[in-house]
Amino acid sequence: MPTVSMTVNGKQVSGEVESRTLLVQFLRENLRLTGTHVGCDTSQCGACVVHVNGDSAKSCSMLAIQADGADVTTIEGLANGDTLHPMQEAFREHHGLQCGFCTPGMVMSAVDLVKKNPKASEHEIREWLEGNICRCTGYHNIVKAIQHAQTTM
Amino acid sequence: MPEGGTGIGAAVKRVEDKRFLTGRGNYTDDIDRPNQSYAYILRSLHAHAKINGIDTGAAQSAPGVLAVFTGADMEVGSLPCGWQVHSKDGSPMHEPGHPPLAQGKVRYVGDQVAVVIADTYEQAKDAAEKISVDYGPLPAVVDMNGALSGGTFVHDEIATNLCYDWEIGDEAQIDEAFAGAAHVTEIDIVNNRLIPNAMEPRAAVGEYDRATDEYTLFTTSQNPHVIRLLMGAFVLSIPEHKLRVVAPDVGGGFGSKIYHYAEEAIVTWAAPRVGRPIKWTAERSESFMSDAHGRDHITHAKMAMDAEGKFLALKVETKANMGAYLSTFAPCVPTYLYATLLAGVYSTPMIYANVKAVFTNTVPVDAYRGAGRPEATYLLERLVAKCAREMGMSQTDIRRRNFIPADAFPYQTPVALQYDSGDYLATLTAAESAHDVAGFASRKAASEAKGKRRGLGYSTYLEACGIAPSAVVGSLGARAGLYESAEVRVHPTGSVTVFTGAHSHGQGHETTFAQLVSEKLGLGMEQIEISHGDTNKVQFGMGTYGSRSLAVGGEAIVKAMDKVVAKAKKIAAHIMEASEADIEFADGQFTVAGTDRSMAFGEVALAAYVPHNFPHEELEPGLDEKAFYDPLNFTYPGGCHICEVEVDPDTGVVSVEKMTAVDDVGRVINPMIVEGQIHGGLAQGIGQALLEGCVYDDEGQLVTGSYMDYTMPRADNLPSFSAGTEITLCAHNSLGVKGCGEVGAIGSPPAVINAVVDALWDLGVHDMPMPATPQTVWHAIQAARPAAAAE
Repeated sequence: MPTVSMTVNGKQVSGEVESRTLLVQFLRENLRLTGTHVGCDTSQCGACVVHVNGDSAKSCSMLAIQADGADVTTIEGLANGDTLHPMQEAFREHHGLQCGFCTPGMVMSAVDLVKKNPKASEHEIREWLEGNICRCTGYHNIVKAIQHAQTTM
Repeated sequence: MPEGGTGIGAAVKRVEDKRFLTGRGNYTDDIDRPNQSYAYILRSLHAHAKINGIDTGAAQSAPGVLAVFTGADMEVGSLPCGWQVHSKDGSPMHEPGHPPLAQGKVRYVGDQVAVVIADTYEQAKDAAEKISVDYGPLPAVVDMNGALSGGTFVHDEIATNLCYDWEIGDEAQIDEAFAGAAHVTEIDIVNNRLIPNAMEPRAAVGEYDRATDEYTLFTTSQNPHVIRLLMGAFVLSIPEHKLRVVAPDVGGGFGSKIYHYAEEAIVTWAAPRVGRPIKWTAERSESFMSDAHGRDHITHAKMAMDAEGKFLALKVETKANMGAYLSTFAPCVPTYLYATLLAGVYSTPMIYANVKAVFTNTVPVDAYRGAGRPEATYLLERLVAKCAREMGMSQTDIRRRNFIPADAFPYQTPVALQYDSGDYLATLTAAESAHDVAGFASRKAASEAKGKRRGLGYSTYLEACGIAPSAVVGSLGARAGLYESAEVRVHPTGSVTVFTGAHSHGQGHETTFAQLVSEKLGLGMEQIEISHGDTNKVQFGMGTYGSRSLAVGGEAIVKAMDKVVAKAKKIAAHIMEASEADIEFADGQFTVAGTDRSMAFGEVALAAYVPHNFPHEELEPGLDEKAFYDPLNFTYPGGCHICEVEVDPDTGVVSVEKMTAVDDVGRVINPMIVEGQIHGGLAQGIGQALLEGCVYDDEGQLVTGSYMDYTMPRADNLPSFSAGTEITLCAHNSLGVKGCGEVGAIGSPPAVINAVVDALWDLGVHDMPMPATPQTVWHAIQAARPAAAAE
């Protein structure tokens, strides 16, 4: 089986994987980083979004071996110790989550949006979130949270 | 009382958020047990087929495979149905067996045929491809009308596809009322079939401890004690004291995680047989074809009115799809959660409903957010809108004329329910103001100036929730009581753990319930822990559905806290050498009335566990009380939803421009959480109205089997909402709460479709099915063209 090595949340990791192992499987099963979720099998829902070399990516649509040598950040690596990342704090402040299942992918996606388009309009925020499905919130408070984070990130 | 407010009415930030935001939630698929193996379920590719034989030989010898089981191996009880409905002739509903693994026949695409258990999931899945099933395909029963007239039966042993033929009301009396009416408005309504799609796919981990003979099931459930009872007692014959069911963090339910599913029984049953824990996690495509679906009604209804538009009588005939088997609560959804709601907010004096429940070769159908009440609301509010058009009345005038007045409570409807409180005119007035209905005409003109059509739609609705009084549901066929239980355990240092039988899968109970404790016992949030979801911790529980957690589960907590305070007063009286009757409790302090002698809650708690001089005949040590609460009535949230859409007549694209909800949910404990619940419900309601629809083809193949085919509401499909509350208190529970979990999904679909019809009325489009996709809307506009031109 091939071996992959990458940096995940600042730590160097490596492991043996099948060539068909997805990045999300490597994160969840090999590294036991279970904050990254799997909500579908067609790369639609976005529950698995992580950052790969600084860009948001659906870790279900990437093989682990494609991430060999990459710098990966998952939801577990976003906060600074006990201090939440401003996006995490904004989601808490604005009740941007309910069941919490889509939340890690939603937060990782939103962080990338604000980095790339700090002044995104409500319309642009909603379009960006097209790849992240939430069944609980109706997105209203997620949008508000991201708008708040635009002022704190 | 803590400063800043963490009691009733405060928008306290959620206690549970930090773990979810940092990736430290603990969902079922996150759980790995030592030496765990993995299950893959082989599912039927056919909607309806005989199983002539199954060859598992090649799969058995595939790499990593521990076992392969089929229905022939798994001779256990049937997955039970929790509610028995009787037909109008008095006969009980047909209740065919529901084996966890198919026995001789498959009855829907997705039906479980075999399970492969292997060292890894990939090995199990690979090996399943080596199973050879010899199917003898049969014609599929898909369409409900065809199901009742055709000669193919989903269950050969009952030789009919009619599960039951139920009625409420007096048909002869109703027909007489129609004969004398000044005007009758009729409508045909289809309530589209939906696929719930909680974002967390279902999962289950089964485990068996040979040393203690104990089974453990971790599962994605809204009601772990119900699963323990149904699976233990009816399917696997495991006594409850040897079966632990844990529903840890659960990623949304919306009804679909109430039911006892085959996979739970399969992994629990197989665990001792392979001698290892077994995990099964659904892929999303499996969720589409195995989670219970929702809605799916075909209805004809008519309203009799006098010359002034006053409702005289309502007659409703509905066919309701049950799917291939009876899911746990399926029979009660189109009867006691639907027809009993047909009075809505109106004083219609006579109502008759006939409901035919139908078996088809499709996934079982059961409760989905709102369950029966959205179907009733959609029917009524589409019908009322049409009545107004035909009577030449405004949408508000017809409603005002027929509302149950605010001074008429308690109000007995003709369909069994007795409403305790409400003010429907107040929610309508508040919604019109919040929506700026007065400004609609100018917004419509602006839309028309750019070639668009604009429409306004109303829904004034009511639901019954807080499910439910055990005596009432028992008389209606429920095989369970629907109380809730709580234990309030005060620790020696004065902190409190509350064990509740309700289950949170997004509702924020850890916060809302803690606010009840903070208010009553005067404790800070950090001193309160809410524990739920584990049958080994929580004494008992009926779980969370039907907007019942606060109105039933919260009341149980209050009742247990009352017992804690009563006991604590005895302790305080003993220590302060006063009469128990003289002890007053407020703001976390026990005070001897009229003196400055007092003890803090924490001091009394410590004394309870350090009883050095207790008179033990009169006063037991400890401070830990339990309560069961059985409600006296349903609760009746209601309100007004107003939707404003813009339609592009060239493309059929409908855009929701404004969505306003003013709901009466009773007393609000946490307004932030209540608004969030309403937002989510609105999104699901708009989803049903404009985007979501489950499609089967004529052969029973599920066409909408993935997120590529089934349109989930996404952020760019929805507007920001205006959600508010205008409350009356529930008259029969101490908190005055009614429930907020389902209102959004119940009230909104007819508001959306009424708005679409309003937008297109002048083009000759007078009806619109759900989902009103661009294609559907465009075709309706084209079809209306010759008619409009001829007028």
